[in-house]
Amino acid sequence: MTAPFYVSPQQVLADRAEYARKGIARGRSIVVWQIDRGILFVAENAMPTLHKVSEIYDRIAFAAVGRYNEFEALRVAGVRRADLTGYAYSREDVNARALAGVYSQTLGQIFTHELKPMEVELLVAEVGSPEDEDGSADRLYRVTFDGQISDEKDVVTMGGAADELLERVKAMFEPDMTDAGALQKAVQAMADQSGNPIGIGSLEVALLDRTTPGRAFARMGAGEITEKLGGEEVAPGGAGDGAAKESEEG
Amino acid sequence: MGGLGDVTRWGLGSSFVAHLQATSPEMLERRFSAHLSEDLTPHATTILALRFESGIVMAGDRRATMGMAIESRNIQKVFRADEHSAVAIAGAAGPAVEMIRLFQVELEHYEKIEGRSLSLAGKANRLAEMIRQNLPAALQGFGVIPLFAGYDLLHQGGRIFKYDMTGGRYEEGDFHATGSGGRDARSFIKGRWSEGLEEAVAVAIALEALFEAADEDAATGGPDVLRGIYPNVAVVDDGGFRTVDDDTIRSIFDSTIEDLRERYRGDLR
Repeated sequence: MTAPFYVSPQQVLADRAEYARKGIARGRSIVVWQIDRGILFVAENAMPTLHKVSEIYDRIAFAAVGRYNEFEALRVAGVRRADLTGYAYSREDVNARALAGVYSQTLGQIFTHELKPMEVELLVAEVGSPEDEDGSADRLYRVTFDGQISDEKDVVTMGGAADELLERVKAMFEPDMTDAGALQKAVQAMADQSGNPIGIGSLEVALLDRTTPGRAFARMGAGEITEKLGGEEVAPGGAGDGAAKESEEG
Repeated sequence: MGGLGDVTRWGLGSSFVAHLQATSPEMLERRFSAHLSEDLTPHATTILALRFESGIVMAGDRRATMGMAIESRNIQKVFRADEHSAVAIAGAAGPAVEMIRLFQVELEHYEKIEGRSLSLAGKANRLAEMIRQNLPAALQGFGVIPLFAGYDLLHQGGRIFKYDMTGGRYEEGDFHATGSGGRDARSFIKGRWSEGLEEAVAVAIALEALFEAADEDAATGGPDVLRGIYPNVAVVDDGGFRTVDDDTIRSIFDSTIEDLRERYRGDLR
């Protein structure tokens, strides 16, 4: 029997991290904004029935990029955990921070102990109650493939070319944007980034609406997206194109 | 890990109850060692549901009794199950309220995991399964008999399901009432119900049926004008679940009481 080669822990972890990053970067991207009414999710998704953005609980949503089978398992686990907490205690006792903590532990554990890390990056978002009008209770927790957790603000991007996309959308961010305004900006930034037009058929849009009591998560249908974008497609480079069309249509 | 062995153990992956059975079975434990049930939990009484033109109306009185005593004057027996269905409870109040809470989570859980709601028949069957699991408690006197009704989005119309304590599920075409005053409520509705009722008429029939039940059955509460406590009434149609507000119910009762006063004037003297 041959003795196993020695590989330093640094090397093992660096290799795993590179593997995970590559997997995540292959996918398309997501932009998540804090807007006037809550939190808006705009995802490029060629397969809109295989969701990247979903409801977890009354005020909590989940967004993910990377391998679908992996983040889908994490999403289901999150819904189970949230429903169990809410049933055992009370609906008010379910919160995003605790859930993000569990995701962080799980991903961290898998990253260091399993042969293959999970090729996913997650966002757990939460809006406050309708009374929290200024959105000061809204939360964005990002969890990366190695279990690192961070508390984000204003805007988050994940997926392919996330860093470049973040530069673009950060420059566009304004406090208290409307959902239509934030949607146009996100899609414009995505189109500019990829250099290709983006049609409504490849968009998945959802809103965690702070002004809605109870279950705050709602998906936007194709009709609503078209109306808010002011057209069925956004071309690269045409900053304000969607907005111009919208004003034409009155 | 993996392989076909796991496939045979997939089970109901979208069921919250199945998840509880696997991870926290103690939360589903419903066995009691006592045999005299009346002193342990109050008894919820009359509930009813009837179909109208474009949906269903469900109503319940507000009284809970413990033996001969009134335990509660304002218990809630009619609940929103989900966006397109309602559930009402009669029988042992403690297990019933808990069953409804679990049922609500079960429906929402499925909806979130699968990304779509269960069919109305699917929901009715899940409730039947939960009643079946309550059978050991039912044999000790803690029986729960719910009434389930909703708007069927597939078949576009209201549907009503009744149950027995073994979890038997029976669909009722037009209306049903159960609980201690259920018989009286049912025979009242039988005389008034017809195909294609308007919503307002159906609500009025439901309230009058509860009034009649309270008139005949000691365990059913009538409208409590003194305290302003009125029956709970819910309507489900293609627009979803909504409750009828107290002001509407009070004004319907006011005119009902006026009519009855006219009718009984001769008899009482």
